[in-house]
Amino acid sequence: MITTVRMTKLAGILHSEGFYNFRHNPFAIAGALIILLFLLTALFGPRLVTQNPYDLAQLDLNDSYKPPIWQEGSDPRFVLGTDDQGRDMVSAMVYGVRMSVAIGFCVTIICMTVGTTLGLISGYKGGRLDSFIMGLVNVQLSFPSLLIAMLVLIAFGRGVWKIILALSFSGWVTYARTVRGTTMAEKNKEYVEAAKVIGFSESTVLFRHILPNVMTPVIVIATLQVGTVILSEATLSFLGIGIPITEPSLGLLVAQGYVVLFSGLWWVSVFPGLVLMFLVVGMNLLGDFLRDEFNPRLK
Amino acid sequence: MEKAAETAKEPELLLDVRELRTYFHTFKGIVKAVDGVSFSLKKGKILGMVGESGCGKSVTGFSILRLIDPPGRIESGEIIFEGEPLLEKPEKEMEKIRGNKISMIFQDPMTSLNPVYTIKKQICETLELHRGLTGVDAHNRAVELLRLVGIPSPEERILYYPHQFSGGMRQRVIIAISLATSPSLIIADEPTTALDVTVQAQLIKRLYGLVRESDRSMILISHNLSLVSGVSDNIIVMYCGRVIEKGPSENVVFNPAHPYTIGLIDSIPKMTGQRKMLKQISGMVPNPLDMPEGCAFRPRCAQAQRICEKEFPALREISAGHFVSCHFAGRTDR
Repeated sequence: MITTVRMTKLAGILHSEGFYNFRHNPFAIAGALIILLFLLTALFGPRLVTQNPYDLAQLDLNDSYKPPIWQEGSDPRFVLGTDDQGRDMVSAMVYGVRMSVAIGFCVTIICMTVGTTLGLISGYKGGRLDSFIMGLVNVQLSFPSLLIAMLVLIAFGRGVWKIILALSFSGWVTYARTVRGTTMAEKNKEYVEAAKVIGFSESTVLFRHILPNVMTPVIVIATLQVGTVILSEATLSFLGIGIPITEPSLGLLVAQGYVVLFSGLWWVSVFPGLVLMFLVVGMNLLGDFLRDEFNPRLK
Repeated sequence: MEKAAETAKEPELLLDVRELRTYFHTFKGIVKAVDGVSFSLKKGKILGMVGESGCGKSVTGFSILRLIDPPGRIESGEIIFEGEPLLEKPEKEMEKIRGNKISMIFQDPMTSLNPVYTIKKQICETLELHRGLTGVDAHNRAVELLRLVGIPSPEERILYYPHQFSGGMRQRVIIAISLATSPSLIIADEPTTALDVTVQAQLIKRLYGLVRESDRSMILISHNLSLVSGVSDNIIVMYCGRVIEKGPSENVVFNPAHPYTIGLIDSIPKMTGQRKMLKQISGMVPNPLDMPEGCAFRPRCAQAQRICEKEFPALREISAGHFVSCHFAGRTDR
């Protein structure tokens, strides 16, 4: 019986209005395909590429600054050329994408959890706790998020986990605000009163009854945020305060190439930049679709 | 010997509310939403609670379940349910009573079901919480409940989401949820107000049957006196947070004694007799922040005299079990 329920659920999704809209929206499909491609790259990429560009033993300085394969003086082993260390650009970017995607999703999940929880409590409880949490949110919103991330990184030093912490630190506020507003509207609906009357405890009412009803905007913000976070990480790395030089990062690759950009060694900067662009555009296309789909006012 | 036989015949007391006061402490002042309400309800009986919007009917209902949110507070009074004082129970104990021994039906079926869950999930979670039923047991009981409230092909409908039901059907589901744990008291807060008139009668009949056949008790809160009088044993009429008249249904409906109740009954169209203009009660409900001295109904009352301005009329028994809060009720010399 459980399988039939699952089957009907799957069939329900495939026959739903949302899926119909998705199938007929080329931008949404393009976004989804791009993200799927990047996710697969992140998962299986390192098995497909020829070298681990961050293992120094595999690098040869004689291979440095080889141009892409269609230019003169290229090496057939390096399709898109190499950087100053003799790293294969394709391999380096695959590792970079892996890092970007991992950071993007990690930060988004942390922000989503923290922000949604605080927003729920804030909106439901009201009073002093609400004022405190919203005060925090307002102070944070008055600083540029990149500045907050930079301050955190300067205080704690560099590293992958530290950059995740730094970006989460500034990213949760949007969720808290949105969820608080939606919760305040939801908590006065009768189903909440009904759940209390049935005898559920406060936390059950909050997390099992109200939470699913405020998730719609959260999902939309999350999709759009993944792109923003990836860009922020690249920015911080480009500025030299993000990912340490021993770890792969698209932003770091752009920074390395930027120095030699006008010496004709354009490929070191341009290819990671393009990859970054596609990644973020894919996320935004899907995010836009979800926003339109979940926004009842646009229907 | 005779006395013992008499007590056996008389159903026992289920709920006794004494001098209940629930106030709301707003920025503008204290709103006395419920101000000294007393009534009792016996097992297997239906009590109708009538009054216009804002007279404290619903707040009384929520006070019984102790679900008054700040700035509201239960100031004083006693609520004895099945011999136990509810106002002295810790919150954890109350959670075991809510939905289990006392359940509530709300006015708006459109919003009282959670839109993101199927009907099955919503019935089963109540069964799991209070009865420990899970899986197939809970499913079967849920189907049985839906059949009981008159939902056709419940096996299929149980997997529906609330938006796939009509208003009347949703209210049936809500009734099913409120019956899920076989509560001894159901508080129905305007259960049919949001529905079509044709569905109203059907639903109230079904609810009446379900309450009567299982010897449950019900408090039926409504602003519709004719609807209430048809099903309830006793009626309470409330005005501005106070009980102004209470007694057996026939007495209150056919021999109303308070000018407000008389006005209410006069404003219902009659099916028989000569057609004439309906009467209305002149004036407005007083501002709850600025209650008149003495009788709250005085500014709208045609019979008001000096004494009404000074003294609040206490409830007086004018015939067996029929109480009225009016200085002139039941007097021949008025």
